[in-house]
Amino acid sequence: MPLFRPALRVLGGGALAGVLALTACAPGDNSTSSAPTASSPSAVSTDISALGDVELVVWDQEVRGSQNEALEALNAAFEDTYPNVTIKRTSQATDDLKQQVTLALGGTDVPDIVQVNNARGDMGQFVSAGQLTDLTGYAEAYGWTDRFTDSVLSKVRYSSDATTFGDGNLYGLPQTGEIVGIFYSQSKLHALGLEAPTSWDEYLTALDTAMEAGEQPMVLGNLDKWPALHVFGPLQSNFVVADDIVALGMGNAGSTWLDDGNTAAMEQFETWGSEGYFGSSPNGTDYDAAWTAFTKGTGVFLPGGSWLATDMEAVMGDDLHFITLAGLDGQVVTTGGTGIPFSIPAKAENPDVAAAYLDFITSDEAMKMIADNGGMPVNDTAELAPADGVQNDIFTAFATVSETGTLLPYLDYATPTFSDTAGQGLQEVLGGQRSAQQVLEAFEDDYSAFVGS
Amino acid sequence: MTTLPSSAPERRARRRPSAVAASRATPYLYLLPALVVYAAFMLYPLVQTANYSLYEWKGFGPATFVGAQNYLDLLADRAFHAAIWHALVLVFFYAIAPTAVGLVLASVLRRGRVRGLGIFRALIFLPQVIALVVVAVAWRHIYATDGTLNALLGALGSHSDIGWLGDADLALPAVGLIGFWLSTGLVMLILLAGMLRIPRELFEAARLDGASAVQEFFAVTLPSVRGEIATALVLTIIAALKTFDLVYMTTAGGPGTATTVPSYEVFNRAFNHKNVGSAAAVAVVLTVLVFLINAAVSRIGEEKDR
Repeated sequence: MPLFRPALRVLGGGALAGVLALTACAPGDNSTSSAPTASSPSAVSTDISALGDVELVVWDQEVRGSQNEALEALNAAFEDTYPNVTIKRTSQATDDLKQQVTLALGGTDVPDIVQVNNARGDMGQFVSAGQLTDLTGYAEAYGWTDRFTDSVLSKVRYSSDATTFGDGNLYGLPQTGEIVGIFYSQSKLHALGLEAPTSWDEYLTALDTAMEAGEQPMVLGNLDKWPALHVFGPLQSNFVVADDIVALGMGNAGSTWLDDGNTAAMEQFETWGSEGYFGSSPNGTDYDAAWTAFTKGTGVFLPGGSWLATDMEAVMGDDLHFITLAGLDGQVVTTGGTGIPFSIPAKAENPDVAAAYLDFITSDEAMKMIADNGGMPVNDTAELAPADGVQNDIFTAFATVSETGTLLPYLDYATPTFSDTAGQGLQEVLGGQRSAQQVLEAFEDDYSAFVGS
Repeated sequence: MTTLPSSAPERRARRRPSAVAASRATPYLYLLPALVVYAAFMLYPLVQTANYSLYEWKGFGPATFVGAQNYLDLLADRAFHAAIWHALVLVFFYAIAPTAVGLVLASVLRRGRVRGLGIFRALIFLPQVIALVVVAVAWRHIYATDGTLNALLGALGSHSDIGWLGDADLALPAVGLIGFWLSTGLVMLILLAGMLRIPRELFEAARLDGASAVQEFFAVTLPSVRGEIATALVLTIIAALKTFDLVYMTTAGGPGTATTVPSYEVFNRAFNHKNVGSAAAVAVVLTVLVFLINAAVSRIGEEKDR
């Protein structure tokens, strides 16, 4: 049965000749290798009505119920305000849009508005390739720097060559906010005779008390690798000053993973793993299964993101609460950020209209509309907070952190490969396959290789 | 009537074929439509991938020609070596173990003349019919800390809350076991078809010579189904080496890097690391590996056939 003989012959004859013939043509679009600074518009116009009939092409990933409704309402309102503009909207799931944007931005037929993830692997790469419009001129014209807090805007700022993240030109605007903190069950704490922790010391003590009482102190479902980043991020702020974490998390030079603070944080995380603070097998537990188990009474605390609140509140009601704790420098700092920002591609046909649209969907009225639809707006969060319940905790915490503290970047923002490095490393520390020190060295290798290049 | 036998070849020799029919290119002309489609959707992407592997490229923007550098990097790349090793472990679970078990099952079924054989076959074949994504989701539940497997162990009297997919030592065998479950039915079916084709007289002769069931298996059954074994191995080894969806859906290569496989590395490098050149190099190496191993397996099957 010579199943593979003919195939091998074809491969050997035709294909290899083809390979040789094709090696002369390089993949990719060589014409985009021009200077990235060419992406800033020369003249800014805010007079949209004078532009004649315009079709504004918008690509977004707001497919979930509340977000979708808010954006639909905003689009309709925008068209009412500017009857000469028609919005052509394409909406798809986050991952699908992400893959498509990479391909689309290199081409010639680009949308006017597109949502681009903040991370260096996405927005950073596009900035360095000169594929996104620098919005600084529009920000001045529309007063965006007054509307948004610095902590939020820093998540959409890159230098024009993308070597610096967090400072420099503006490449997008977010509509919503998100924050990572610690959920707890009031009744569980009460049964253990505990008060809600207000500092990291109190939190660590509460965990020990829960452990001694035979409860599982924390719940974590880390089968998909990334959830552990949302536990380690806030924990790190108890041991490392915010500025250093920001440098590490945004892949900027000037910090290191191999200092005492990070070592202490990683060792604490290691201890939690080896002594079973997350139960018998956090790495073998599904993310959704973990928070579902929490709502049914497993564990005392659940470190996690604000996006879980709506679903958990539906089960736990008033029993569910959310806290963030002050970091090493006394201010409330925690991992968090913005929803995926809306950017204007460098080759967009109607950048002025696109900028007006950005202004419109991030206005005060828009923020209210998002809150009314159940989302967490990135601005005016404290004023728009629901009167009570866990959402009140979360809105208040986000306002406090973004206005007076520091929103720490997600650790996977750092380098194009850091989501992989961090996800693997934290799993291995939790499972005891590698020591805290070994994992920190892997983090440092990734960070320094990127910063050094 | 005497003229008939000789007239046929004569007539054939007399009628001269037209120039078109005589041309050696004619058969290829018939193949052309299929070949064009095949070339456009199979060969061209293959060649493109090989081409990409010679560049350093993010998937957009300019690309830099680096020659064989991506391949040289793989030589020292421990993540890649680990992935290859994991794929070879999966070959055991996907191909070798199912073939061994499938042989036993098939010969039992052949001898036993089981009632309702058709239903039994359909049931065993069922895993082949279900989409792999569904299979993965189902097994995630089975392997969960509060899942079916632990519940089963609990019912047997030993309390268990192992997170099977989250344990560095157990995760790869756990994924492999799903592959075993997937492959065994297919392998058994192929082998059973082969065994049912063996003339009954051979078994009768063996029995008259006083052969036991085991002797009969090694003397008659096994040699007769060598071709089927080779086919089954080729199919399942390919499935093992190119496993992607199962790993992506169950463990995403974790915990740590305990279950990474070459196909997962291709995806991870291309879409997460935006390192298309390295991803393409892994893809090319994987393709060559699949071809070599299977060429070897089918060569062995072929030689034994003679």
